[in-house]
This record gives sequence, C-alpha cells and structure tokens, in this order.
Amino acid sequence: MKNGLLINYKYCSGCHSCEIACKNEHDVPLGKWGIKVTEDGPWKLPDGSWHWDCLPVPTEICDLCADRVAQGKEPSCVQHCQAKVMRYGSIEELAKAADEIGEKAVIFLP
Amino acid sequence: MGKPWKREENGETIVRTCAWSPPGCHPVGCGIQLHVKDGKVVEVEGDPEHPITKGALCPRCLALKDVMYHKDRIMYPLKRDPKDRGKDKWERITLDEAFDLLEEKTRYFSETYGPESIVVFCGTGREATKYHNELAFMGFGTPNACYAQSGWACYAPRVSSMAYLMGGGYPEIDYAARYADRYDHPGWEAPKYIMLWGKEPLKSNADGLWGHAVIDMMKDYGTKLICVDPRITWLGTRAEINLQLRPGTDAALALGLLNVVITEDLYDHEAVDKWCYGFDELAERVKEYPPSKVAEICWVDEDLIVEAARKYATSKHSAIGWGLSVDQNPNGIQVGQALLSLMAITDNLDVPGGNTLGLPIEDDTNVDMINRAMEAGTVTPELFEKRIGAAEFPFVCQLMSTNHPDSVLDTLETQEPYRLRMGVFQSSNLVGGAITAAQERWLQAMKSSFEFCAATELFQNPTTMALCDLVIPLKTFAEHNTLVESHYGFNVAFEGSCNKAVDVVEGVSDLEFMMKIGERMFPEYWKQFASIEDYMTQVEVPGDMTWEELREDVVVQPEEVYRKCEKGLMRFDGQPGYMTQTGRVELWSTAYQQFGDDPLPYFQEPPFSPYSTPELFEQYPFVLTTGGRKYTSFHSEHRQIDRLREIDPQPTVEINPAAAERLGIAEGDWVWIENQNGRVKQVAHLTEGLDERVVHAHHGWWFPEQDGEEPNLFGFRQSNINMIMPHKVIGKLGFGNTFKCQICNIYKVTDE
Repeated sequence: MKNGLLINYKYCSGCHSCEIACKNEHDVPLGKWGIKVTEDGPWKLPDGSWHWDCLPVPTEICDLCADRVAQGKEPSCVQHCQAKVMRYGSIEELAKAADEIGEKAVIFLP
Repeated sequence: MGKPWKREENGETIVRTCAWSPPGCHPVGCGIQLHVKDGKVVEVEGDPEHPITKGALCPRCLALKDVMYHKDRIMYPLKRDPKDRGKDKWERITLDEAFDLLEEKTRYFSETYGPESIVVFCGTGREATKYHNELAFMGFGTPNACYAQSGWACYAPRVSSMAYLMGGGYPEIDYAARYADRYDHPGWEAPKYIMLWGKEPLKSNADGLWGHAVIDMMKDYGTKLICVDPRITWLGTRAEINLQLRPGTDAALALGLLNVVITEDLYDHEAVDKWCYGFDELAERVKEYPPSKVAEICWVDEDLIVEAARKYATSKHSAIGWGLSVDQNPNGIQVGQALLSLMAITDNLDVPGGNTLGLPIEDDTNVDMINRAMEAGTVTPELFEKRIGAAEFPFVCQLMSTNHPDSVLDTLETQEPYRLRMGVFQSSNLVGGAITAAQERWLQAMKSSFEFCAATELFQNPTTMALCDLVIPLKTFAEHNTLVESHYGFNVAFEGSCNKAVDVVEGVSDLEFMMKIGERMFPEYWKQFASIEDYMTQVEVPGDMTWEELREDVVVQPEEVYRKCEKGLMRFDGQPGYMTQTGRVELWSTAYQQFGDDPLPYFQEPPFSPYSTPELFEQYPFVLTTGGRKYTSFHSEHRQIDRLREIDPQPTVEINPAAAERLGIAEGDWVWIENQNGRVKQVAHLTEGLDERVVHAHHGWWFPEQDGEEPNLFGFRQSNINMIMPHKVIGKLGFGNTFKCQICNIYKVTDE
C-alpha cells in the first residue's frame, strides 16, 4: 500500500508554511517548489456565499520526506501546517479519513 | 514533562525555544527547535511539544536562517561621520567603542541640554516594545520614550480603554491557551461564535493570539464566525455572517448591535445588575442607533446587523476578537467601549468560550517602569513632566508613560518647547516603516533636529541610512536569552523562554542594549542585576521561579480562572467587582468624562469621508483602508528575504473588478494611489472581496534592492502608503489615526 498526503482544503488558509518547510527540507532553490499553494478567490457564488480555496500541490521534488519519516517524524509540510489540514499515511487510511471529512478533501500520491 | 530545552541528537545540538523577535513579530512565542551544528543553526523546525503551536510554524520563522545569515545583515558595530549621513560610508568599530561613543554622546546631550533632549524610539510588536520605556528611563535617563505611530494607534488604545473602563487586562478570545491539555481541558468550552472585528488573526497573530487557533476551533469544535471587516477575508469566506462595513464606521455598527441586544432584551440581566455601571444611560444612548440608521451609515444590510446581534448575544458563550481597526480610528476608544459593553451585558466576559480577561496589572507595566525609575532616581518627577505632549494628552500619556508621538513630530519641526537633539532607534524604521504618518515630514524634521542618532538593527534601512551616526547589530531571538509572554503581559497565555542557540553578530539583544548603556549611565541601579538572566528572574519571571527554571520547562502556563470579578481577583483589595471608581465595568465611563470626553460611546464620522469632506471626496472618490497583513512579512520587515519576497514580490492595492474596469485598470497594473497628502504607487490586485467604493492598500513597503543612499533611501517614497497618511488627525483624547479610514483616488501609472 502506497503512502500519500491528505489535504483538508476547506481549512487550508494558504499560509505558505508548507512551501518554506519543504524548501528547507529539500533545499529547493528560488523559483522552484517541492509543494506549491494554488489559490482561487474570493468570488461570489450564485447563492451569495463566497468561494476562496487554497490547495498545496506537491511537485516531483516531493518524496514525502522519506528521511524525516525514517526518523519517526512527520513530513515537514505536515508538521508545520498551521491549520493542521495535512495528513500523511497509507492511501487506505487517508481514504477513510477523507470520507470522514466529507468535503473538500484531496489525496496526493506524489 | 517534555524534552529538555537542550539535547544532542544525530551529531546536532537541538535547542527548544519560543520565538519572539527580531525579526519582528508579536509576542506569540511559537515553539521552535533550533538544530545547531558547528556553531551554526542548520535547521529551524517547529516544536511538537509546544502547547499552542504544536509543531506548526509560520513561513517567517521557517525562513529564520535566511535572516540570520543574510549577506546584508549588519555584522558588527558601524560608525559614520555625521557629514556622511545619507551615504553608505560606514566604519567598523568594536562593541566597546560603540558604547563608548553612545555614552559620550548621551552624557554630552544630557548634561548640556538636559536628558529630555534625547528621544528613544521603538517599533511595533517586537521585544524592544516591552523594554522601550525602561530603556529610555533607566538606560538613557530621558523621559521621552516614543512609539511613533500617529495617535499611538496600536494596541494601546484598546489596553488603555480597558484599564479605564474596568481596570483589567485585555479581553481575548478564549482559545484554551492557558491549559496544557488545551481544548481537552474539563470546563473549557469552544466559543459558539467568534466575532472577528477588524482583525485577520491568521496573518497578524496580533498581540500574542496564535491566529490559527481560530481554525482549530472552527474545524474541530464547531465554532462559527461573524466577520466585521471592509474586506472579505479568507476567514470571511468561511463565516456565517460578514458585516462588510464602510471603513471607520465601527462605532456606529457596535452601537447598532447594542441597540438590537438591548431593544430585543437579549442581554443578561444578572450580569448587568451585578457587574455593570450605567446601563440605563447606555440603553438611552443606543436608541440613537437603530439598525436602519446604522445600515445607512455603515453600508451594511440592516437584516445582517440584527442577525449578528442576535447570534452573538444568544449563543452562550461567544467571543469577540477585536483588532487594529479599533485603534486606527480617531473614534476608536468609543469602539472599544461599545465592544466591551457588548461583552459585559451579554455575560460573555471572563467566561469559558467567551473573552478571557487579564488580571489587573500589578507589575510589569509602563506605569511600574516609571515608578521604578523614579525610585532609582534615573528620572525625576520634574523631568517626567517634560515628556512631549503629556500635558496635552494625559489620557494617552499617563497609562503609557510615553510622550505623545504626534507632538514629537511637532517638536522636531518647531523645536518647541525644546529641541530634541539625539535620537535612538531601537529597531524602528520611522522613515520607511509601517507606523509613522507623513514620513517625509518625519525625515526632514529629524534631519534638521538631531545632532546625533544611533540605532540597533538587523539591516540597513531608510532610517539608518538617512540619519544614523552609529548602528549596533541586533541579535535575533536565536542569539540571545530572554522571555516572551503573550499580550505583553496584559492577558498572559503562557510564559516562554527564548533560549540562545548561537552567536552570529558582534552586537546586542534589546535587553543587553538597555543593560549596557544603563550600567554606564546608572551603575547604582543596574549593579543589582548580575546578568540578563538575573534581570529576567528579578523583574520579569512571575512568582518565585527563576529564568533558568523557566528555561527548563520552556513554556509555563498560568491556570485560567473564569469569573474573576466574583472571586475578588479583579481588585487589589480582594473585593468582588472591578477596579474602577464605581467597582463595575463602566458602560458609562467616569474616566472618559473626567478626561473630557463623552462618558458614553458615540459615533463620529471619519475626518475624511464621503460625508465629512464631500468636496474632497469628489476629487478622491474612494474610501481607503490600509494595513492588511501578509504571511510573508512583519509590517516593513522581511523585504530582503528572497524566499518570502518570492511569494509577495510587490506592494499591492486591492480594488473591486467593476471599479477597476471603469478606471481601465487590469490585474497587475502599477497604479497611483493619490490623496490630499500625495501619491504612491502599488500593483493593482482585483478582488470581489471589496465594495466598489473602497480600496485597500498594503503598508510599510521599501525596497532593500534599490539604492540605499540619499536621496533614494531604498525607494521609501515610492510605494509606502504611510507617505500619504496625515499627521495628527487623531481622536479627541489623543488616540487613533486615519490609517484605516482615509480617502483616495486611484489611476493607472502611465508616466514612465
């Protein structure tokens, strides 16, 4: 069973912590990213509510922090996420968690 | 028990610590692990054992190494011939030589012109803020400590209002901050609603509140939001109600909410009868603010006002997170009064899930500092009376113990009542930063008035380049021992130790700066402190604990006690009630009246607005609000940190797409923002999250990559919105400014 990243992006505030944490861990230079926050909003939906979602997307540089995980730590983006919306684990476990979250959840297999 | 504060692991030394400053931040004290190898920090990591941040960190702390080891960091003390001011011509000197020079100049100006001819400036939020008065009083012996924001408009208006209205500390959202087991603690309840009032806590972490705790509570404990903000913030898109008010009309809106709560009898009669003073008078006053009228003033839908009031008042318990918009408003102390009234009459004050309340302050305050200085004889009562602006603005200057910032600019320009001759900048970039209004005037006035200037800084900036004859490097929080307590002591979530991990510069920490100049000027006072750590133990660490003992634990939380007024904890005499003249929370304020203001809250139209200056508004037809934060900077700091600048490369002004279309402005265009005070340019960002009549500009922009020498001074005139903020447009009693309620025009840059 493969491991991946679950992101509960309903609560991703787009704070960029994962980006810098990842750059620290993987020594990623300027202009390149191991994970990058995409952002869309705010704009009004037909029912008058607002759309504004942020979603960090891992790149090929992401190895799910194999070194950190080997030391018993979480991947750096997961640990440093201020909104605590990222989770590392097996796809099976993450799929179950995504189902429990119920909306706005994404699982990445980088 | 957690891991030790220092441990060896895989060939590295790991130091657990709490963050503060520099680089600048509020006293949030986020948990950090600094990995050290060969005397250098090689990794910065969050501390999973920290009870508040639990391993998380913001991008600024994650980029701490970029600051510490930046190629442009000031590494050793620098001296410059005063005739070379404005030029990048510095001479390296030793730390001892730097303090010899500082002592010589301090003595010269003090003995020749009086100690009051020296003024000590400090910036916002950072560690220097905590010791700034003390540095002035017990370091330099001058009564003139100056926080140079027009109208002292950051935190002080809120804290002072609270002191006058209930004699207590700062009401903060209850985020279970004082419990080691946090949200699991028996007796803690999540706020049903949090009303975020002119506050974006995720980015600002203002005053020490760790902002992402709001997301914890939304995500896991069902907390709902009511956002009061001219902008739709990201949190606003997750809110149940957005009250998108016209900037600067906060007092009207707060009075409108009170109107609904009182008219519909949604208040808590027991709380009012027992603990509030002046309810009948307030009830009479709020009749002047029915929701229909308030809707018109504030540009907010009447139904939403009623709905928000009902939800806040009837959902026990709910909290108000009140932000900088309360301060940066000449009508702000009335906003604070109205919001405290809302909390108090709905029984949402000092209860689980409501607003927690700091104890009445017994020590560690600005007042205490001047008392200690007078006891030590470093500042006499006569000298203290010479603080600039103190007689004109006692409401501000008595509790803050500083001078009045706007009066200081008047004095610099007129040399009345006396000339200020020496300026000390404790990591405060007055010329290119975020707090001063009318920055060109500050620059020119300081250039003509000051004969000697010294600064402690991490980097050269417009202020050091224009003015300073001496610059001493400042140590980051990874380079010195100190203590951080949230909310500057006014509602302490925890005491944290900041533990030195490495040496980088030949410089000082804020405290070392104070102690080193203090030991030279007032050795009798300072000899009682054997070291910085001893100073911490004697003055700062509460109770019998030593700083070293605090360091062992890294974080120590005082237990939360709710409903302190019933237990006699809100008064020094141990009686129930509050420490005011009436013993209650004063909805009708004896203090406000004594200082010459209305004892009840009222709305006053912003000084510049479509309604108060209609002719001017034809020329400048947008309401301008400023100062929203970015994750990647602390006000004017971090501009040279490439990895953060990459995320937010340019100053941006937000404008509604429909307004932009009318003006032929597209996303990414450089635009001029112009008003009666001048113009600056920023990059347009189009967003539906603003009313078509309102624009929002970011603040504190200067450009370390540009030429630092005069006349350019790192391009500080180009984009900083503070350049077009007016001097001394402040509240009746001296607090507040128009940074969040100005007017402007906006148009595309075409002339270059």
